[in-house]
Amino acid sequence: MVENRRFLNLLAHLVLILGVAFVAFPVYIALIASTHGQNDFLSGLIPLLPGHDTIRNYSAMMTQGLASSGAPPLWLMLGNSLIMALSISIGKIAISIISAFAIVYFRFPGRMIAFWLIFVTLMLPVEVRILPTYKVVAELGMLNTYAGLTVPLIASATATFLFRQVFLTIPEELMEAARIDGAGPMKFFWDILLPLSRTNIAALFVILFIYGWNQYLWPLLVTTGTDHYTIVLGIKRMADIADQQPEWNFIMATVVLAMVPPVLVVIFMQRLFVKGLIETEK
Amino acid sequence: MAAITLESVGKTYAGGVTAVHAIDLAIADGEFLVLVGPSGCGKSTLLRMIAGLETISSGAVKIGNRVVNQVEPAERDIAMVFQNYALYPHMSVRENLAYGLKNRGVPKDEIARRVAEAAKILEIGGFLDRKPRALSGGQRQRVAMGRAIVREPAAFLFDEPLSNLDAKLRVQMRGEIKQLQARLGTTSIYVTHDQLEAMTLAHRLVVLNGGRIEQVGTPLEVYRKPASTFVAAFIGSPAMNLLQAEVSGGRVRLGGASLPAPGAADGKVTLGLRPEDLQRTRPGAEGALLMNVAYVEELGAQRLVHGTVGGQSVVCAQPVESDLGDTLTLTADPAAVHLFDAASGKRLG
Ligand SMILES: Nc1ncnc2c1ncn2[C@@H]1O[C@H](COP(=O)(O)OP(=O)(O)OP(=O)(O)O)[C@@H](O)[C@H]1O
Ligand SMILES: [Mg+2]
Repeated sequence: MVENRRFLNLLAHLVLILGVAFVAFPVYIALIASTHGQNDFLSGLIPLLPGHDTIRNYSAMMTQGLASSGAPPLWLMLGNSLIMALSISIGKIAISIISAFAIVYFRFPGRMIAFWLIFVTLMLPVEVRILPTYKVVAELGMLNTYAGLTVPLIASATATFLFRQVFLTIPEELMEAARIDGAGPMKFFWDILLPLSRTNIAALFVILFIYGWNQYLWPLLVTTGTDHYTIVLGIKRMADIADQQPEWNFIMATVVLAMVPPVLVVIFMQRLFVKGLIETEK
Repeated sequence: MAAITLESVGKTYAGGVTAVHAIDLAIADGEFLVLVGPSGCGKSTLLRMIAGLETISSGAVKIGNRVVNQVEPAERDIAMVFQNYALYPHMSVRENLAYGLKNRGVPKDEIARRVAEAAKILEIGGFLDRKPRALSGGQRQRVAMGRAIVREPAAFLFDEPLSNLDAKLRVQMRGEIKQLQARLGTTSIYVTHDQLEAMTLAHRLVVLNGGRIEQVGTPLEVYRKPASTFVAAFIGSPAMNLLQAEVSGGRVRLGGASLPAPGAADGKVTLGLRPEDLQRTRPGAEGALLMNVAYVEELGAQRLVHGTVGGQSVVCAQPVESDLGDTLTLTADPAAVHLFDAASGKRLG
């Protein structure tokens, strides 16, 4: 049995290592490619060991961008992406937590109608309503603005449902105790509901940040000037140029930089997420 | 501190369920009143109406001289202890105690003083900075009481505060609640379905049944003179034996046996006999009850003998050392004979 188990252990690890290698290899290639000069790719073979042009590649991309494919400097696109991802995640969380609060804790006329209206929007993801949404945004003069980039993506129901579920698990007596303790609805929201939802907010923030960061189709439609390009859009444009070899070293430098913020968010929020899980109990 | 008056208070839920029927009750200042009754009899509903957590369908609730029907819970000057404690999980014990005071704008040093005092009374000073999660059930219970005490309210409302504790701790906390109430002298209303808790805690107890008051009285009054078969069966453990019997000629007759029932009118009755009031007498004594023994439960201090008298099941308490045969010859004092109307279950005489 012991022998057998050791073999199984080995096998399990082998499978795991292969899996990780399989996932990590493209990332490695991107990292390596971003350290080479333009000419190293002409052979048609992708180098597997680091090159010498790391600093040149990254500084060129940060400060000048890739004029040949109409991409502005990276810091601008990174900034745009950051604004977009943050607005979407914060906006979505703010709106949905408030609407869930209203639906769960208040008895108002039309409560069920409101609930179902929100529910219906679940069936209409951005891609489905993209043309009418584009028309609305265009007619409101929001093309090429941050508002145009983010507002249509903020409206959604998924997060509302998540928070509704969270609130329903909080015992009713807690609300009653707060009422007796002289906390009005808003005080209850700030002092009790919000702290108790901390872990869920953290988890949702991670998901929504990555969702916002990775948006491609919508920014492609509503931005025409380079001022509002996001990083994902930029990468696509750089890789798509006609009549020319894509400049892989620059593109990969962009790709590597584009990966950094989501990774940071995951790492940072994961700690808060776990800490929150340990600390609170409903 | 204040008296609480209920004037034909009733509650009908939105679904049409009438949980409480027009209840009249006056609770004196400083009194410890216990609401007791089986599950679903409307105890919680009544308490929650007094707290302001449930709207009042009819009648009026007065705290002091003020009708509070339309007053927010926070403004009623009451504090409530919940069955599951309802402590704020993300706040430390200290913050839990202070929260209600902070919301009322009590000055910081006054809050600190009151929290320290409550902590001393309840002996929770050792874990003021812990979260509720890091406390045992009994400690949480104390914190929940502390949250009520610091408010220095006109009345405490308890909704089955001990039912989540184990039996031993329940007895201990019961004693502490009783002492605490005596010491603070705050009007208290306490809901429980445990008749022992009700008997031991109450100055007066109110037995509820189906949203109506069955009887109000001191624990001894209710024990000695239950107003109905419902109360008789509910208060006292083991429960009172209730037997179908008939009165004729000043005696209540049950098969061949009969017990004195001076002054009772002839007719069908329900005879109530507490297990602890049944005494053995010499075999062949006149009118004695003959009990066929089925089985015996040893309780340590006494033993409970289960069996039948004239085909109806009966329990009687006997000393441990007694030697029992297959039949017991039993009798009871005239004072221990309870008679109830056979149809309505109301007490006779
Ligand atoms: N929100 C509600 N809507 C409709 N009916 C209700 C509601 N809350 C309670 N009831 C009904 O009112 C009656 C009394 O309920 P209540 O909670 O006061 O009982 P209780 O005496 O506290 O019982 P327990 O000992 O089980 O806590 C029950 O029949 C219950 O089903
Ligand atoms: Mg109840």
